[in-house]
Amino acid sequence: MVHEWALAEAVLYSLLDVTKKYSDHKIKEVVIEVGELQGIDLEVLKFALKELAKSLGLEDVLFRVEVTEAEFRCRSCGFTWKLSDVRKKLDEATREAIHFVPDIVHTFIQCPRCGSPDYEIVRGRGVCLKSILLEKSST
Amino acid sequence: MPEVDTPREVKYLDPRVAIIRHRVEHVGNVVAIASGKGGVGKTTLATLSALVLSKRGLRVGLLDLDFNCPACHIVLGAQDAKPREEYGLVPPKVYGVEFMSIAMFVGDKEVPMRGVDIVNAMIEILAITRWSKLDLLLIDLPPGTSDEVLEVARLLKHKLKTILVTTPSRLSIAGVRKLWEVLKKLNVPTLGLVINMVRNINEIKAVEEEVRKWGIENVATLPYDSELENAIGSPDKLLNTEVAREIRRFWDKVLEVMMAPQQRTPG
Ligand SMILES: Nc1ncnc2c1ncn2[C@@H]1O[C@H](COP(=O)(O)OP(=O)(O)O)[C@@H](O)[C@H]1O
Ligand SMILES: [Mg+2]
Ligand SMILES: [Zn+2]
Repeated sequence: MVHEWALAEAVLYSLLDVTKKYSDHKIKEVVIEVGELQGIDLEVLKFALKELAKSLGLEDVLFRVEVTEAEFRCRSCGFTWKLSDVRKKLDEATREAIHFVPDIVHTFIQCPRCGSPDYEIVRGRGVCLKSILLEKSST
Repeated sequence: MPEVDTPREVKYLDPRVAIIRHRVEHVGNVVAIASGKGGVGKTTLATLSALVLSKRGLRVGLLDLDFNCPACHIVLGAQDAKPREEYGLVPPKVYGVEFMSIAMFVGDKEVPMRGVDIVNAMIEILAITRWSKLDLLLIDLPPGTSDEVLEVARLLKHKLKTILVTTPSRLSIAGVRKLWEVLKKLNVPTLGLVINMVRNINEIKAVEEEVRKWGIENVATLPYDSELENAIGSPDKLLNTEVAREIRRFWDKVLEVMMAPQQRTPG
């Protein structure tokens, strides 16, 4: 699943923006939060981050990836559930589709209690840079 | 920390937003087809424009961002088109047009999403789709001035231009005027306006007068064509319709304005 490369690229381009903004600083450590719904292969993502970092002069950055469990709350009846409660019902093709565009989960999963497709993704979607630790350059 | 000044900065930054700019770096122009009301011909205009311009030798992309009711794939007859995975998603080519749609992931199933989901889906699709070097990327939007329009303006602001569509009906014009106001406030330029499904040339006088007041120079009319329905799904047939001929004429003028300051790359 080379979609991880696209996200790794997104992370690194964001970091390049940060280095431009703080040109007298170096990035030491970045914590990336990935929603479980993205269905990311962490090993592939970490590998992609390392490889791309090398090509962009960011090889000294330490990357930490945290996965947030996906959780849903029904807007119709208030029931809450987790992706892990329903994942078994999804076939391989559907999982792949959700991996590409996580929000289409609304097409494939309904509230386990009332069947409504109108629910909130409380957490566990998207990608974000949770923190970026900068250090003043020694030179 | 031994070093001075270590701000733990930019919390909760979505990195996908930063990459979107790079994804359209080699796209000359991004043009969204928009309207105030539904059913006025945005999808028809977006898809036929893509076909007409591709045929003319331009490198064209078509992105269907009407998540609730994607239809470009039906017009193109491209129900089976699928993207290729390669460091992201490479859009398939349909009749020479690089094409991307949510239908490639959900098929003909419904997509009941609210604003926050729509925005996330849009960010994801724009972040992972790898367009090649294009002269023009056309975007088909849903009607109105809600999430899709506002978000596409936010994410692609540096490149975005629009073409507005209306029918001769006052109801449709009232809608498109609101859209035009919003776009103006967002500083998104309007390249032209298309009055579609015209049955009688007298009925467009009032519309033309109205939109000239807005300062839109390029106003085109497309006839109502009862044969269009039969051509849906067959690009060759579509390209032979009266509507396609008028769309070609409209683009002659649009391209003159749009491509003027930059080099046009041969296809
Ligand atoms: N010039 C035209 N003549 C006849 N039918 C048209 C014309 N333009 C669009 N249509 C038809 O009108 C309907 C709505 O068009 P569509 O492009 O889907 O509108 P929108 O995308 O604005 O909702 C479709 O069935 C389409 O085939
Ligand atoms: Mg449409
Ligand atoms: Zn429920």
